[in-house]
Formats: sequence, structure tokens, C-alpha cells
Amino acid sequence: MNAPAFTRRRFTGGLGALVVTFSLGPNLALGQERLPGSLQNNRRLDGWIRINPDGSATVFTGKVELGQGILTALAQIAAEEIDLPLARVRMISGDTRQTPNEGQTAGSQSIENSGTALRMACAEARAILIDLAAKRLGVATDQLKVADGVVSAPDGRKIGYSELNPDLNREATARATPKPPASHKIVGKSIARFDIPAKVTGGLVYVQDMRPAGMLHGRVIRPPRYGSKLDSADEAAAKAMPGVIAVVRDGSFLGVVAEREEQAIKAREALRQSAKWTLGPELPDPARIFEVIKSLPSKDATIGVKQGAAPADARTFEAVYTKPYMSHGSIGPSCSVAEFKDGRMTVWTHSQGVFPLRAELVKVLKMPAAAIRCVHVEGSGCYGHNGADDVAADAALLARAVPGRPVRLQWMRDEEFGWEPYGPAMVMHAKAALGGDGKIADWQYEVWSNSHSTRPESTDGTNVLAGWYLAEPQKMGPPTSPPQPAGGGDRNAIPLYDFPSQRVVHHFVQDMPIRVSALRTLGAYANVFALESFMDELATAAGADPVAFRLAHLKDPRARAVIEAVAKKAGWKDGEKGDGTRGRGIGFAKYKNLACYVAVVAEVVVDRATGLVSVPQTWAAVDSGLIINPDGLTSQIEGGIVQSVSWTLKEEVRFDKSGILARDWASYPILTMPEAPRVEIELINRPNERPLGSGEGSQGPAVAAVANAFANATGKRVRDLPLNPARVKSALG
Amino acid sequence: MAINLKVNGVPRSVTAEPDTPLLYVLRNDLELNGAKYGCGLSQCGACTVLVDGRAVRSCVTPISALETSEITTLEGLGSIDKPHVLQQAFIEEQAAQCGYCTSGMIMSAKELLDRNPRPNEPDVRAALAGNLCRCGTHNRIIRAVLRAAQASGRT
Repeated sequence: MNAPAFTRRRFTGGLGALVVTFSLGPNLALGQERLPGSLQNNRRLDGWIRINPDGSATVFTGKVELGQGILTALAQIAAEEIDLPLARVRMISGDTRQTPNEGQTAGSQSIENSGTALRMACAEARAILIDLAAKRLGVATDQLKVADGVVSAPDGRKIGYSELNPDLNREATARATPKPPASHKIVGKSIARFDIPAKVTGGLVYVQDMRPAGMLHGRVIRPPRYGSKLDSADEAAAKAMPGVIAVVRDGSFLGVVAEREEQAIKAREALRQSAKWTLGPELPDPARIFEVIKSLPSKDATIGVKQGAAPADARTFEAVYTKPYMSHGSIGPSCSVAEFKDGRMTVWTHSQGVFPLRAELVKVLKMPAAAIRCVHVEGSGCYGHNGADDVAADAALLARAVPGRPVRLQWMRDEEFGWEPYGPAMVMHAKAALGGDGKIADWQYEVWSNSHSTRPESTDGTNVLAGWYLAEPQKMGPPTSPPQPAGGGDRNAIPLYDFPSQRVVHHFVQDMPIRVSALRTLGAYANVFALESFMDELATAAGADPVAFRLAHLKDPRARAVIEAVAKKAGWKDGEKGDGTRGRGIGFAKYKNLACYVAVVAEVVVDRATGLVSVPQTWAAVDSGLIINPDGLTSQIEGGIVQSVSWTLKEEVRFDKSGILARDWASYPILTMPEAPRVEIELINRPNERPLGSGEGSQGPAVAAVANAFANATGKRVRDLPLNPARVKSALG
Repeated sequence: MAINLKVNGVPRSVTAEPDTPLLYVLRNDLELNGAKYGCGLSQCGACTVLVDGRAVRSCVTPISALETSEITTLEGLGSIDKPHVLQQAFIEEQAAQCGYCTSGMIMSAKELLDRNPRPNEPDVRAALAGNLCRCGTHNRIIRAVLRAAQASGRT
């Protein structure tokens, strides 16, 4: 079937072939001892750490820097355990030729998976070094002290790592004991990030900044809308334009390569104007999108059931909440540099997963994996699955047409907004019974959502854009949903509150009228919005203070602690009420029900005449277990709150039947500097608890806090996001 | 055709069409990484540079209009070994996550501090209103600019 489309049904002709797949790590052999974190799937010790002849260490991670500061945090963990100063630990990340395969850098899992692997691997490497030193010095291991890569005996004799030549080419055992938190010297400190000095002085940091010798510039011409087929384009005219080296057409994939960037852009525009397309199917009516989503075939799973009977005096309530499609909105459009030389393809990419990307390139380029190398280089922040992988495939297809010349391809702004996979639109339906004692007796919750993961390394077909438009097109991979407890569309759908009776249903909607995938938090942002809004609605019905109402339903002491801490920090007053234009609200979640605990209080100001909502101030309390880097954690939490306020007040990917309307920052506005809320954060360090992922912990609590503050301020509830002026004015009547 | 530009105090000659946006010449011909492509529409501020002291969007400024101008990019302020007071303040406040918007933020802040050496927080927010940040680093960026203003005031 030649017509490319985003709905798999259009390729398969029906839903019978659909299989829900969950990502298991590669090479998981039965019978092997389970190793912690990413050691499980990358079991060689020297795959993680090598001691160099000068006594320094090179540390390898499959996780990549996305601007979250992860390489600094992982280096802290490694340096702490191997007992070297940070300056003597070199990090290598995300390279199919050099590093462990840790899948995607996503889901706030890098500290938990890569950090755990590095902690165990470096502790084991240190133990091996100490054993070697003990033999050389003729002293028992427990007599030796280690500091800064030097092992010392009680009599003063010393031996450095550089002299020990340890053999780390062996299977990890994870039997060495990591250091107790009380002895940490590097972990737990606000170490300044390694990457920032170059970023603020114009260093060569980003894949966008690469300019290898002989580099050419590529651009791609996208169709007017999904699933369109290219009939013709004036390729000869484009080829005659100044600087144009090649026009590349493969089916409905059309691109151009030129000597200079502005020449490639001009040729792209000429090709765009001359291209004739047979248009793909119309998009749904945006006014009916939530009905459409609820009507599409879904795989339904009932999760989080507790059986109980509501008391006879219970009052019942219900509410429906919605969340629109949202864009990742990277400031820098996606970019890649690719070089095809001597039959081998090298792709420099800001993909979140170089190994999964390579697996897709194998299919799109029809080349063996061994001939493709994907190397991570930072890009603009992505916040999930944006155009990073797609542009890498585009660049590789163009590079293949000009062997020996590297091709740099950066998507244009309209292309990034129009073609990236969005965070899915979602519908949440909540019902509850409130007992005469003012407590929730029964909780019923249903969520409808498309897939939150159509990422690369699909089990069937491909998940990079270009692959669907080639003369021999690949079909789109099957939609997937991470299983509970982390969940996808149902992430955080199960309340952490202790209700005597509950039922939660996830309607995993298969067919995708609009291209979607992972946006930071997956379904958690929408589910926490709905769940925590409904908690406030029930608190109001019960005549209870929202903080007290939450605590009355919550046993988990760490959850209670963050709620109590944020209430104290914000100076929350029992039963505080807004004044018609100003109010405050609270939101809480334990991210994925298994990562960090975050509670947020937001203050909103509502301009009743214009319908504009602003959020001048927020407060947050965070428990991420053992804190690796307090300032790094603070940065992630405050960034998440500001981003969430932007999503909540402004963001919605607009479309009509003819296509996507979000094409620039005017048609997809985000929060600006004057509008950004101030953030005050309290960190609760728990050195004896394991470190918990935190990059996505604050978005859900923040949207709930803002929605609840709006209701607190005005007495009216907005259940549809975003809280834009039209919606606000309509709610205020 | 050859166009003469003065960038970071140094005369440079480049061969490009006169309508070429300054951004591509800075990045590709002069190999300066500071100014970034974000939108090409003068909407996001990632490409901001100073032209005769004014913050302009290099993505929509043709080189032909600049032959008599002094152009300053992020690299013209300071270096990794000798950072400008603004760059130093951004490091001290750890005022970057992905950092893609940072160069434009610093250049807009430079224009502000040159015009108003002692801005308050609302001044900083207003001066950076046309520079978009997506990571949510806004508060740190504001703090960094205020810190730079204070540091400049002391010297």
C-alpha cells in the first residue's frame, strides 16, 4: 500500500493484527542471576567502567544528556563509588559503538537504572582495585584506605590506580557493597553541571553546531497533511538552483541537498510550491475530537480494583475532564548530521535512544546494524519523543545520496510543529460516592487515550516518519502502552489515596487520527489533573479543606509529609477561600505511583474581564529519596512546574479537517518570561531510601494546583484544558 | 557576492547572496555557535545578536543591511576561560537546562544592562519577553541577569 498514513489500521486493513507489546530489555536470558538497574541487560563490568593507564576512569552510560543534567549526576555516582575526583572521571554516553544499550532516556529512569548500574559496577571495580592493592602491599583489604584514586596502607605505603591495571573484562556480580550514604562526599552535593560553561559561551555543544569538513545542508519537503502521496514535483528546476547538489526522491519522501543552508531552504520552498500531492484522509472535526477518541476501538484493562460497598447515605458525584493534544515545543527544531562513507552510515543525533534509532535505520536504509553507528550529541530540549529520530532518518536518506559528504539537516519550524508526534488528547471520567462521614466510600475512574509510545524500535514496521513515505513504505509500528504500575495513558490513573472501594479502567485507544507519542509524564499530567481536581470537588462537597481532605484519605507517610511540607511552606490556612480573582490550590502525586513524591501549591490571579489566568507564585515539596544533586533536583522540579503552567494555561495543538494548524509560536504560544511563576521548593532528603526519578514529578501536581486554585479563586471549575481566556470567560459566565 | 561584516570587532568578508539571513552566515561561514536557529520568524529569540548595541533577530536580518554595523554575538562577550559577567552569572545560577535559548537570553540581557544597569525583576522579565525558554529555566535566568547587574555595579 503506497499511501502513507498514521493510522496503522490503514496499513493493515483492520485491527485484528494489532498486538499490545511491552518493551522488555534486550538479551534477557533465562536462568541468569538478576542484576540491579541496567546491569541486568549489560552485564560486562568494563562496559560501564574502565581504569585508564593514568589512573583516571572512563565511565560509559547508555543514557544521554537532554539538558536535565544527567551526565553530571551519573558522574557524581560513579566518582563517589570508584573514589576518584570528579575531574578524573570522563563520561561517554549514547554511542552504539561504545556504550551499554539502555534503551531510551525517558520516564525519569536514568538515576534509577543507569545510576544503580554505575553505583554497583563502580563499587565492584573499586573492590577489585583494593584486592589488587592488598596483594601488592601484602596487607589485608580491610586495613587499606582509598582516596582520590590512591590506596594507602597503615604504614604509609601507597599505590595508585594507575599501577594496578585491573581486569574489568568480566561479568558483573553486583556483590560489592556501595558506600553508605553517611560517607558520601560527592553524591548529595550541588555539583555545578559540566555542560553549562560551554553552553553559555558558544562552545560546540549541540548537533546543530556540528560542521565536519565538506558538510552539506539538507532539507525535506513534507506533504500538506498526513498520509498524502507525492504525484510530482519540479525536481529539475530545483536541481538547477544555486548550490543544489542533489534532489532526493523515494516515493513520497522528497528532500534536497545544497552547499549552503540558505540554498537548501530556498530549494525546499521551490519544491514545496511545485509539488503536487494526492491528499491523505481528512483529520477529525476538532469540535468532536473527544467523542471520536471515545468511539474508536480500544483495548480495555481494569486496573486498581478494590471491592467494597458504598454506604446507604452516600452522595454520588461525577465529572469529565479533557486534555488536548500538546506539542513538545522544542525551541530548536530537530537536527541530525549523517555521513555515508565506504558503505557505512554514521548518524549524529539527539535521539533519546541511539540503539532503538539504529534498529529503525536498519529497516529504512535496508542496511545491517553493524554498518550503522548512531552517536548522541545534545540537541535542544525534547521533553519526550519529538522529531529527533525522524530527522535522523531524513538526514541518513539524504546522506546516502551524496557519499563521502556529511549532511546536516535541521527541520524548519513549521515542520517540527506540524510533523512531530504530539502528546495525545485524553478524556477522563471520574465518579465517586461520598459517605455521610465526609470520606470517599467509592471511586470509579475511566481514562481514554491513544498510545503514549510510538517510539523507535517498533516490533513490526517502523516508527520513523520517512519510513512511511518511501516507495517501498514501512507500516507504522504497533501502538504500545507501558504496563502498570508505570503505565502509559493510565500512568497515575490509580489513586494513591486509600479508598475502601475503587475501580479504574484504562481504554487504550488503538487508532491514531493524529500522530502521537511520548510527551513528558505520558498520561500522568492528565490523570493527576483529573484525579486531583476531583478530589478538590469532593472536598468542597464534603465541606472540607482540600489539604485536610487529602490527608484524611492518605496513609503513606512520605505522601503525607510532602503535602504537609508544602502546606507549611505556602502558609496554607485551613479552609482558605479565594476572593473572586485570586485563590490558591494544591495538587499531589507520587509520580508513576513508584517514583518521587511531589506536592505543589499554586496561586492564580484571574482577570475576569479578559479571561486571562496568571500564576504568579508556586510552592513545592519533594521527596526523591536519596538526593544525588540537590540543585539539579531543584532545577528539574521548578522546570517541570513552569512547563506545566505553560501547558495548563496556553497549550493546545489546533487542527482542522485539512491538517495541523500549529505551525509556529504564534499558532502555538507558550508561557513567556513575564508570565513565568516564581517557584519555592523544599527538598526532603531521605539518605537511606533509594534515589527516585524526578524529571517528571512536578507536572501533574502543578496542573492540579492551578486548576484547583482557579476554582478556589472563582468558585467555578474548568474541567477542560487549557485554561485559556475563551474557556475561562465561558466558565465565569 | 562578497559582503564585508564586522563581527565581534573583527572585519570579515563572506561570499553569500545579499538576502542571506545573518544567522546562517554567523553559523556556517564564521563558525560561531552562539546564535541558534529556532524559528526563522523572529518569534523565539534564540538567534538574538547585537547590531550596533541593539538586540536583533539574526534569522530575519539580511547581511546586506549590515555592512556598516558592529555585530556582536555571544562569543564576542567572553570565553569559557574568561567569561563575561553575564556568562559568569548564568554559570553561577546554573541558569540553563538544555541551554538552546541561553545565547539569545544573554544577548537580550546584555542590551538591557547596557541601557539599564540596575534593572529590577519586572524590568528583566519585560526585556526577555521575546525570548522563549521551554525547559522552565525562567527563574534562574532572571536571577542570573540580576546577579550580573549586581556584579557589574560592584566593579
